[in-house]
Amino acid sequence: MDTILEMKNITKTFPGVKALDDVSLKVERGEIHALCGENGAGKSTLMKVLSGVYPHGTYEGDILYDGGVQEFKDIRSSEERGIIIIHQELALVPLLSIAENIFLGNENSENGIVNWPATFARTGELLSKVGLKENPATLVTNIGVGKQQLVEIAKALSKKVKLLILDEPTASLQENDSQKLLDLLLEFKSQGITSILISHKLNEINRVADRITVIRDGKAISTLDARGGQITEDDIVKDMVGRDMAHRYPERTPNISKEKLMEVRNWSATHPLHPERKVVDNVSIDVAAGEVVGIAGLMGAGRTELAMSIFGKSYGTDISGDVLINGKPADVSTVEKAIAAGLAYVTEDRKEMGLILEESITTNITLANLGGVSERGVLNDGAERSVAEEYREKINIRTPNVGQKVVNLSGGNQQKVVLSKWLFAAPEVLILDEPTRGIDVGAKYEIYTIINQLAADGKGVIMISSEMPELLGMCDRIYVMNEGEIKGQLAAKDASQEAIMRMILKA
Amino acid sequence: MSDTENKSIGYYLRTHIREYGMVVALVAILAFFQVVTDGIMLKPVNLTNLFLQNSYIIIMAVGMLLVIVGGNIDLSVGSVVGFIGALAAVMIVHWDLPTVFVVPACLVVGAIIGAAQGYWVAYWRIPSFIVTLAGMLVFKGLTLALLGGASVGPFPSEFQAMSSGFLPDFFGGLIDGRFNVFSMTLGVALTALLPILGMRSRAKQAKFAAVDEPLAVFVTQHAVAGLAILFVTYLLSTYRGLPNILIIMAVLIAIFTFVTNSTTLGRRIYALGGNEKAAKLSGINTKRLTFFTFANMGMLAALAGLVFAARLNTATPKAGLAFELDVIAAVFIGGASMSGGVGKVIGAVVGALIMGVMNNGMSIVGVGIDWQQVIKGLVLLAAVIFDVYNKNKA
Repeated sequence: MDTILEMKNITKTFPGVKALDDVSLKVERGEIHALCGENGAGKSTLMKVLSGVYPHGTYEGDILYDGGVQEFKDIRSSEERGIIIIHQELALVPLLSIAENIFLGNENSENGIVNWPATFARTGELLSKVGLKENPATLVTNIGVGKQQLVEIAKALSKKVKLLILDEPTASLQENDSQKLLDLLLEFKSQGITSILISHKLNEINRVADRITVIRDGKAISTLDARGGQITEDDIVKDMVGRDMAHRYPERTPNISKEKLMEVRNWSATHPLHPERKVVDNVSIDVAAGEVVGIAGLMGAGRTELAMSIFGKSYGTDISGDVLINGKPADVSTVEKAIAAGLAYVTEDRKEMGLILEESITTNITLANLGGVSERGVLNDGAERSVAEEYREKINIRTPNVGQKVVNLSGGNQQKVVLSKWLFAAPEVLILDEPTRGIDVGAKYEIYTIINQLAADGKGVIMISSEMPELLGMCDRIYVMNEGEIKGQLAAKDASQEAIMRMILKA
Repeated sequence: MSDTENKSIGYYLRTHIREYGMVVALVAILAFFQVVTDGIMLKPVNLTNLFLQNSYIIIMAVGMLLVIVGGNIDLSVGSVVGFIGALAAVMIVHWDLPTVFVVPACLVVGAIIGAAQGYWVAYWRIPSFIVTLAGMLVFKGLTLALLGGASVGPFPSEFQAMSSGFLPDFFGGLIDGRFNVFSMTLGVALTALLPILGMRSRAKQAKFAAVDEPLAVFVTQHAVAGLAILFVTYLLSTYRGLPNILIIMAVLIAIFTFVTNSTTLGRRIYALGGNEKAAKLSGINTKRLTFFTFANMGMLAALAGLVFAARLNTATPKAGLAFELDVIAAVFIGGASMSGGVGKVIGAVVGALIMGVMNNGMSIVGVGIDWQQVIKGLVLLAAVIFDVYNKNKA
């Protein structure tokens, strides 16, 4: 096997920070090479250097690719040599069709006039290559995230890709979509396409990667050969965090009260645009004080919709059912009333729906409970600051200053700000929707610790997650949801990934 | 002074460069025109005129700031100015209604106009640009209809007093009958009051956490502001004293600065503009807030309409023409963001003053109305470019 890419002694500095420090990376032709590391370790920066986002001259070191030193000046020049990067945040135009998106900027045209028949025919070929059964004329906004990911890959294939870089491709995908995507990577490998895969999901890496390079604090720590199959997830984690993580989930002794803290009975909601579609169908769930309850399910199962429709009717129409808190009916018809009734909802999309990015940590933390830092409508900024300082210490938000804008924080710290906001609102029941999405191993552990602490304090926690190991590691009880209905529930001791999947799939 | 203290002053100034930059720009523009107009710019009579000429823009800029911070825009305010002026004229001149009734009635009508537009924006989610563009046409038309295409006037003196009256000298002009001692006393009192309020809020903040504004900055800022107030009130006192409209403006600025900086209402409006979904999921009634910003804007536009009509002493079909552009420009020059969530009341006021000083100065120098427009347009563009540049650099 020969080497397709060698990045030699790459150093990249930003004002005040050394993002990459003498990193070398060697990728062999035809392999799947995984890059692992905590958020902010420098994986994405390294890939941006490779793809020309940071042009030649803004970094030190050499890129040897396909037999020669390359000096990419922008993305276009790296794409011309067959290096295609697919970013975590998809770069598709929602209101254009699949075909238009695939050939965007690379149109099948003559003298500026697009040849539509050829475009659609070619799109059809590409879609069958990635195993996506959709009409090329379908608008991207009308297909799910998993399929959008496939469209991105089809777009990469349209450009004669030699080296495919995927930055956390499965972060927002469901288990089965992830599996399909990984199978596709293996398929590409058999066709001789080299891939670099950045991922936080160690089980996936272990499944497909030939070799694994671990990056920590801007340095390449190790390159592990995974082909023999002796590499375990713990080996990777050890290199990633620089310490042994015997337990990925903190220990906890459950102290669950016998009384139900919150009960949801016969809850139903319909899609806001398609009134004939029941997104949540006659759901009944409950949680006790001190209990962590999980909701497992595939994407589109209706879990987020269930949570948001309970939380002040923030989703859906035609909502029916009852919510009881401490045995008494609670009014949750608006967000304000739901908060007053003791509910909190931590959204799955913290940037879009959880935070005001351009505002300070302080402003974000007090937002859901302004009454707690004001008198007769007049804010007390001293009290606000001390609240923010209190949570900075308690939750360990890493920042020099609580006046810092949250846009400047890492994903893990942003999530801690969202949690602080809801803790300050002093709820009885917290619904956490994908609380660890897109944050690194170390920060995940801290979030888990906070969740355990909440349960120990006698709160009820409902946790929605697409990562089954996380639910299995954290919850006392797991509901399984599919197609808007609760398919069953499992006690922690009986639950396994297989048991959950069986429950989802049973008709 | 220790090194860390120096650093924190530098840090504070850098993070507040926009606010101080604006004030420095205003002073520089004033100084420039003071020189090129051979000292006419800061003559008491011209300074008085400056306030009278720009009062209605400043009044509306304060309300527009809330609308823009909330993530919307109101294009109808110029037409509402014209419409309310016409309404007041018809009520007073044609129907012989008393001023004490007409003024509050017009304010209520203005609030209703704003609320009617805000209703569609807030509860039907129709883009504010469209709704208020429609409002602009509607009220321009209604102005013409009310006035029958002709000017209506004049107004009784008690109505005019709102815009062209001055605070009487209750102390009877002790000094050669020309110097307005009462006005000067007010200025001195205000100069003394501001640092006291400032110290109190610092003390309150210090009780809970470290004060983030360095003491040196606090002292300099209040010293400069105090001197400026004393200087302006002194100049105005040597002419006819403080204009009534200046008092109205000062009260409005004080109220809205307080609302935006220190109340939950203000904080919620910033949250709404910063991220509407997040605000909603935090239990904030975003629709009612949007509705409120428009109703408030309508009322302030009505006040501006009354002031403008009183100043011209007649209601004309052309009143308020293109005012919305000056008001919106003032807010953006003052540092507000088109996408909402960012902007300060005092910034909008300084923005309006910068535009006003340039209008006034260029007119004195004899720059034609054509080139005035060009220069004002470039200043607006430059201010926003400065914002974007700063943001990218950070």
